[in-house]
Order: sequence, then C-alpha cells, then structure tokens
Amino acid sequence: MSVLILADQADGHFKKTAYEALSYGAKVAELTGTTAEALVLGTVSEDLASLGKYGVKKVHHVANEALNTVDAQVYAKVIAEAVKSTGATIVIFSQNTTGRAVGPRLSVRLKAGLVTAAVALPETSNGFVVRKVSFSGKAFANVAINTDIKIISLNMNAYKIAAGEGTAEVSTLDTAVDAPKIKVTATDKVTGEVPLTEATRVVSGGRGLKGPENWHLLEDLAKALDAATACSRPVADSHWRPHHEHVGQTGVAIAPNLYVALGISGAIQHLAGVNRSKVIVVINKDGEAPFFKAADYGIVGDIFEIVPKLTEEIRKFKGA
Amino acid sequence: MKILVCISKTPDTTAKIAFKNGNTQFEDNGVQWIINPYDEWYALVRAIELKEKDPSTTVHLITVGGADAEPIIRKALALGGDEAIRVNSTDLTDSFYVASQIAEVARAGAYDLIFTGKETIDYNNSAIGGMVAELLDLPFVSIATKFEINGNTATIQREIEGGEEANEVTLPVVVSCAKGMAEARIPNMRGIMAARTKPLKVVEPVAVEALTSISSFELPPAKAGVKLVSPDNVGELVRLLHEEAKVI
Repeated sequence: MSVLILADQADGHFKKTAYEALSYGAKVAELTGTTAEALVLGTVSEDLASLGKYGVKKVHHVANEALNTVDAQVYAKVIAEAVKSTGATIVIFSQNTTGRAVGPRLSVRLKAGLVTAAVALPETSNGFVVRKVSFSGKAFANVAINTDIKIISLNMNAYKIAAGEGTAEVSTLDTAVDAPKIKVTATDKVTGEVPLTEATRVVSGGRGLKGPENWHLLEDLAKALDAATACSRPVADSHWRPHHEHVGQTGVAIAPNLYVALGISGAIQHLAGVNRSKVIVVINKDGEAPFFKAADYGIVGDIFEIVPKLTEEIRKFKGA
Repeated sequence: MKILVCISKTPDTTAKIAFKNGNTQFEDNGVQWIINPYDEWYALVRAIELKEKDPSTTVHLITVGGADAEPIIRKALALGGDEAIRVNSTDLTDSFYVASQIAEVARAGAYDLIFTGKETIDYNNSAIGGMVAELLDLPFVSIATKFEINGNTATIQREIEGGEEANEVTLPVVVSCAKGMAEARIPNMRGIMAARTKPLKVVEPVAVEALTSISSFELPPAKAGVKLVSPDNVGELVRLLHEEAKVI
C-alpha cells in the first residue's frame, strides 16, 4: 500500500509538473492513510533525497540512461514493474506529454482504472472518485475508479506545489529496460522560455493586433509580467505566430493563474482552451465582444494605446 | 497499406452543456452531433491524403456507438473513407471499454496504421490511442502534428512540452493526431452520393469489464461578472490584479 508518483524530468532536471504531482500525491497518501513514494526514471543531475521536501518518504530510481527520452511503451513496462515491486496501489502522473502517452498504456497493463485531466483530490468517503475536466472545460465529471490499483493523471497547474522540510530515502530499482521501437531523430525546443502549458501567467493576442509586426507590444507586456505568450486560432492560421502558441479548442488548453487577452473577441472555441484560467483579463476596443462575459477584469479601448501604458504600470509596480 | 481511423460522435463545439437525471447524463435534447474535430480534421483527413498519394491504400473507419452514430459515420465516408465498422454499444464513458472494442476489430483487420484524434471534446480523456496501442503491443506516438510515410517507415513530428520532436518508427504504429496534420475539408456532392453505398458493418461488442464509471457531472461556478477599468486608469487594473486577484 503506497502512492507512487512519477517525478518527471527533462535533460536531468525535474519539471515543475513533477513538483505538482509530488505535492498532490503526498496529499493523496495522507487522505488514504499510506505513504507517498517517488519514481524517477533516467539520469538526473539533482539531489534525489531532496524530493522529500514535497512529502515523499522514498525515491525509487531507475538510472538507465535509455529512459532519458520517453518512449511510452518502454516507460509503461518499467513503471508497471515498479508498481509491482513497491506494492503501490495508487499511481500519479502529470497530464503532460509523458503522462498522456504513458498513463493509458499503464492502465491496460495493470488493468487499473485511469482518470486523466484530474483537477481535484480524490473523494474517498464513498468509493474513490476523482474530478476531471470534461466538455473541454465547460464542465467537470466525477469519475469513480473501480479497480484495486488506481491511476490519476493530474492536469497541469491544477494543484499548488507544497514544499516543506524533509529528505527521502533513495533506493535504486534494477529493472530491465527494453530497446525503444521509436527513434527520436531531432528535438526542437524553445529554450529559455516557460512552456505555455506550464506557465502561471499567459499574455495572448488575437486579430486585434493587426499583424505580426505589432507583437512586440504583447511581448513587452509578457516580459513585464514574466508570462508566456500565446495567440488565437486566426493568428496561428495566418502564420503570424507559430502553431504551438495557439490556445483554444483545437490548439493547446491551458489553465494559468492569469490569462490576459489582447484583441481577442472570445469565440466559444477559444474559450474552451482558456476557460480554466483562474483570472481572465480582456482588453478589446469592442465592448460587445463575447469574451467580456467570461472575463474577471476588462478594459474597453484601443489596445495600441492601453498595452504600452499597462506594461509601464506593471514595470513600475515590479520596481516598487 | 491499411489504415484504421477511430472516430467518435461528440456534441457540436458550440452546444450548450447541461445534464439530466440528477446530473448523471449529458442533456442531449436538441444537440447537434459532429465527428469529434480532432478525429475528423486531423486523423481522418490525413488518412485520406495518404490514400490520395497512394491509391493502393484502404481507409477503414471505426466508431463505438449506437445507431444514432450512423450520420457521422456517413459523413466520414463522404469525406473519403472506404468502409466503416460500428461496434454496437452505447457504453462510452470508460476509455478501457471503448479501446478494447477498437483493439478487437483492429487485431482482426491487421492494420498498418491506426489513427485517433488526440482527445475527444466531450470526455477529454486522451486515452484511447495509448490503450489501443498497449492492447495490441504496438508503439504509440501521441499528439502528432506531421506525418509522412516512406515504405515501411513513418516519420512523425509530435508536440512535446515547449517544442516539437521528430520520430521515426517502423509500421505498424498507433498515432494520436493534432493540429498541423491536415486541413479540414468539406465533403463534396460526389462523396456524399458515394457514401450511401459504401459498406457500414455493425458488429456486437465483446464482453469487457469497465475500470471506471462516471458518478456525476457538474458545471463550474458561474463567473461573478466582469469588472471594467477605465482605459485612462490602467494603474487601477494593476492594483486589482495585485490586491484583489492576487495573481501578480
């Protein structure tokens, strides 16, 4: 009986989503009266014992460098072995690229019920029920897991990282690792920027910015706010911005603490990608834009005048 | 080459979301149904493009659903699928159950490629592709944005956190498809006419124990309404974001 959390790493460093999953898993262990343990795959340049800060008692490490790239098939098999050898009954992933690919495979392998895109702690008073996003953020579904082993894939930015004191006991797991059937031939990562899905603040632009030559306005504001940049579908489709910045129903779904929309009218399909943002700010010259109905704060006016002023005010506030 | 495209019936993207029977079921009264956008625009259209490049390719469609799923299957056939299989079941809430039905058909059909959309817009589970791959012991590439084929090798671009990765894999493979794979199409008259006579096979589901069940749905709390700030006083917005919303 324990909760096993996959502490995701990339290039030897733990991701922010790993800390979210660990904090969540530690709380799940507390709720179910068991202990939380972390699973680390691949070579890591960080101190494993320090993961104890997030509430895990043990860290199981499979140090095989073949695990530095994620092949879902290889990962699922290794994690299934770890679940068996540690006797875990609850497995936690982050619903990032790794969790999305590996969670479903593990579910089949262990015949363990899986809830993806989870946004809350399990309700254990009557069964084991986890709340998840459904209808593209327009609703939640409460899903009961009816198997002995349970798998939860936690949505990004859905649970607050809780770091305290403590060190974990580190042990090495010696598990056979298959050769991957998928060859990674190239990786193209935006360096130095926070990935959009992990960002706590996002500034996004729509057609109201009139063209890619005006994006510096948005970028300045994003920089002042320490935010990632995003865009609406028409902007990505017109190639003003790269596709991976497109948020909405068919693009990326995000849930930052702050979403600032500049010159975006707020079609239903756009809202589906951003409606789980905690605070939405809309700046648009059209006071009738539907986005204002979904916003917490708004300014009706010319973005070309307002945005530089707002950037200036944010800088002043930060400097204060 | 044989391609199997998994399609799902979902409410239209603009459908009003409400629930009935004590919030345990989606209120489908008056709802327009569509093919799940990721399944249609990316998975299905890319499969059809591959067939256009190589006419020896066959594209089969599969959906798990009741008779009310047939209009969306016909639409998928009108876009260019060769034949369709409907697994006759309305138990669609558990991904493992649905994936098991698809895997059963896929195993018998010996497909080189299985395409799914990256997720459905109703349950948002993004689990079918990975589950089908595991059930068939095949490699799985998720959230693909580009897909090319050369002989027996697929070259795939996929989304990773903060960028993209290029993958190479030998067929057979399961791929979940996202934006970038293809452009949406509209069926033409010829396609619509042809779809009427294309085979649509109905098979009964295999007995599988679901691993999860939906106990209820709920709607998020309504927003309190927007607080408007004067464009001449943007400092007020900064104050509100700091003091009231506590996000800066």
